[in-house]
Amino acid sequence: MLKFCQWLGDTPWSVALHESLWAYPIVESVHVLTLCLFLGLAVMLDLRLLGVSFTRMPVSQISRRLLPFTMTGFAVMVISGSLLFYAIPVKTYLNIFFRIKVATLIMAGINAAVFHSTMEKHMSQWENDVKPPLRARWAGGLSLFFWAVIVVAGRLIAYNWWEDPSLH
Amino acid sequence: MLPVLQFFTWCESSGLGNAIRESKWLFPVIECFHLLGLSVIGGAVIIVNLRLFGLGVSTQPVAQLWREALPYLRWSLLVMIVSGLLLFTSEATKLYYHGAFWMKMGSLLLAIVFTFTVQRKVALKDEARVGPVWGKLVAIVSLILWTGVGVGGRWIGFS
Repeated sequence: MLKFCQWLGDTPWSVALHESLWAYPIVESVHVLTLCLFLGLAVMLDLRLLGVSFTRMPVSQISRRLLPFTMTGFAVMVISGSLLFYAIPVKTYLNIFFRIKVATLIMAGINAAVFHSTMEKHMSQWENDVKPPLRARWAGGLSLFFWAVIVVAGRLIAYNWWEDPSLH
Repeated sequence: MLPVLQFFTWCESSGLGNAIRESKWLFPVIECFHLLGLSVIGGAVIIVNLRLFGLGVSTQPVAQLWREALPYLRWSLLVMIVSGLLLFTSEATKLYYHGAFWMKMGSLLLAIVFTFTVQRKVALKDEARVGPVWGKLVAIVSLILWTGVGVGGRWIGFS
């Protein structure tokens, strides 16, 4: 994996992006500001799943109607995030916060997949409840927790406190 | 020295400003709160503005959505301002000379005033009487102002 990252970091486009005066900051800004679109709307759905807000709306109304926007935001996050990794692969791969972020992303993905496979089929039975079933509330709460960890870990990638000095 | 610059210099040399600047952990940790607040405020602003466009949760009355989103808007704004002020104290003098900082503060002031006066009024009014054009116009202005705050804030980091 490290070999692959070294190879990736030596490709001309990676070097160009890393050293660019404008492209890298712009990609970084897009990555951060798209949080509002993707995570902001995901938080609103999680709050509904928890039964704390938007309780007069059926769950499927929120999830389905916000989905195109959340998904667009997610696509932008993935593309801009991949580009940021591509620009600085070795240091990022070795960064502890990057690893925490990737592990938590996987957990957030599993949480979402479990929710969809277990709760979505019979959603019509409970989606009008002010307080959704326990499993749905767990899914919402875990999602909020995982994404908070992802944001914090993502921010801290920039602070490589335990970096191997030989990388400089 | 100008009074504003004097005040900024005082902030930076205060115990709080010094503590945040000299600590290895404090600035990044406060930044994390600032980003978590950003996610929530972004969601609250976007869900209301999408609705004003007739998009997103368009089956809900605007007034009801506004009322439900309002606590998140207020609380996240509070988190943003408190964490922002803490970040500010640690590098106030540098920010004084940074165009992006003033752009952000200008946009923020306009965004807050616009949101809690014009947008609030339009959101709470009977939709049939407001008309779809006004709702869309308000949403566009709101998105432009908040984007200005976000872009300005991000740009402060590049210097």
